[in-house]
Amino acid sequence: MMIWWNMLGRGYIGLVLIFLYLPVAVMCLMAFNDSELYALPITWTGKWFVALAGNERLIRASTNSLWLALANTIIATILGTLAALGLARNDFPGKALLRGLLLPPIAVPWLILGTSMLVLVFWSGIGRGMHSLLLGHVALSLPYVIIVVSARLAGHGTQFEEAAATLGANAWYTFRRVTFPLIAPGVIAAALFAFAVSLDQFVISYFLASPGFQTLPVEIYTAIRKGFTPEINAIATILILVSSALFLGVARFYRFGGEQR
Amino acid sequence: MTTVEVSHVSKRYGITAALDDVSIPFVDGEMFCLLGPSGSGKTTLLRAIAGFVIPDAGTIHIDGTRVDDVPVNQRDIGMVFQNYALFPHMTVRDNIAFGVEARGGSRADADRGVAEMLELVQLSGYEARKPAQLSGGQQQRVALARALVTRPKVLLLDEPLGALDRRLRQEMQVELRQIQRSMGITTIFVTHDQEEALTLSDRIAILDQGRIVQVGAPQDVYERPRNGFAAKFLGDANILEGKPKGMGVQLSDGTLIVAATPGASKVAVRPEKMTVVADATKLPGDLVNRLKGTVLQAVYSGNSVTYRVACPAAGPEPMLVFVQNSSGKLLAIGAPVTLAWAASQTVALQD
Repeated sequence: MMIWWNMLGRGYIGLVLIFLYLPVAVMCLMAFNDSELYALPITWTGKWFVALAGNERLIRASTNSLWLALANTIIATILGTLAALGLARNDFPGKALLRGLLLPPIAVPWLILGTSMLVLVFWSGIGRGMHSLLLGHVALSLPYVIIVVSARLAGHGTQFEEAAATLGANAWYTFRRVTFPLIAPGVIAAALFAFAVSLDQFVISYFLASPGFQTLPVEIYTAIRKGFTPEINAIATILILVSSALFLGVARFYRFGGEQR
Repeated sequence: MTTVEVSHVSKRYGITAALDDVSIPFVDGEMFCLLGPSGSGKTTLLRAIAGFVIPDAGTIHIDGTRVDDVPVNQRDIGMVFQNYALFPHMTVRDNIAFGVEARGGSRADADRGVAEMLELVQLSGYEARKPAQLSGGQQQRVALARALVTRPKVLLLDEPLGALDRRLRQEMQVELRQIQRSMGITTIFVTHDQEEALTLSDRIAILDQGRIVQVGAPQDVYERPRNGFAAKFLGDANILEGKPKGMGVQLSDGTLIVAATPGASKVAVRPEKMTVVADATKLPGDLVNRLKGTVLQAVYSGNSVTYRVACPAAGPEPMLVFVQNSSGKLLAIGAPVTLAWAASQTVALQD
């Protein structure tokens, strides 16, 4: 009986993994396939990567996306960490409300958020482009950062900061040597979230991108509408490799899911 | 000379008073224990001295300086927390050096302090360990070393031994006392463990509901409790109530209990001060107080026996008596007995 259950469990996990990774794997494989029409068997080629090197639009969109994600990560992580610290370590009127207000933006469909942000940038006269994309992405990432860092902060309470104070440490010294090192794994995790939210983002980027500044997801969408080329498989393969390496590296460094001290 | 002076300090949380007009002058170099049940305000008082709690009224002086507006990090205190609060990401060395480095001390100063403190707490060689690699007792020592390295004016201990098992706690009590004496540092510690308070401190304050019930040397407080709460909280006590008459109280059945001092309607007798016998004729004459009763329960613990004796004259609550097991024989359950004790061992209570 147990054996059947175990096999069922393993089969289930296998199905989940296949569902998660098979499409990505197919995409990566096809980046190396000579046929434009996904014909099998695969005839290995590197020509799509060569073609990609000549496709300035895709390359520019990729660099745009990476810079945007990086800027978003830095800004959202700093602001979000400060906000989490403020919420965790101070009592002020309206705190519960403020905390509650963090959740709806996660639940509101991106399409609606994107539309309203578009209305806002037009109405306020900021206009579309890199700056409004950055604003939109930071606004979108902040709740994730705050929630992740808050969880880490709540995990160890205020005792270490109190101990530091009795030892003569001022607020900055305490933050630098005690609080930050303790919440660092949470901050790194939050930064990864912020990076992923920005790099993935299509809907809001679609509304806020200007003709002069496209992000990769928007560019891919535009390219697909004009006609699919395996160059898109090539750029996707490169991106998947880079971001997987980044995430796995950080996860390994901070031993997620295990002892974090 | 006093190093810490708390005068008329009050603190309210909503409608409950955590501290209600508390005044204690702490004497230089003494080991002072704040004893009370949870919610008595003992921790609030300690945290007020540390600066984590800002009193609503009253003043606190440390070493002659009023510190009411001085933030925690400038009060020059050392504190050991209940669960030690050792920085988990730092080594033992870095934990102890923290106080020196936070005050801008050099690396050499810090290293010298660490070496000295580790020797004091007998943990030399543990510099590179992380707190998670230490036993409870070792963590306790590191916490003490960390608090003492800057030679603070006052050492505050919040239930410092609460997390240790009984044997280790007794060892640490002795060691803590030795370190405290050798450094001559004024120490204030919070506990709800009466035995710890009696064995460890020069003076004790018993707190109840935010108020000081009694302050004194352990022996004073134990032998002459001021009221029923002090008598019951520090040790065990039999309380007898009646009308004040002559030198003592008259119980409802007319029995007169003679106390050491006159004028009270309530007296306390420690269980070990009472004698219990089956034959009252053999009792020495100086045990003037007598009560008749029947044995309800006898708890045999080898070197001593604890009896619960029902005495109708004293009310529904049975009397508690501790007897050294010198005869090796126990009184039978249900046997009629006489309790006897001296007037000098009968403490008149104020309320």
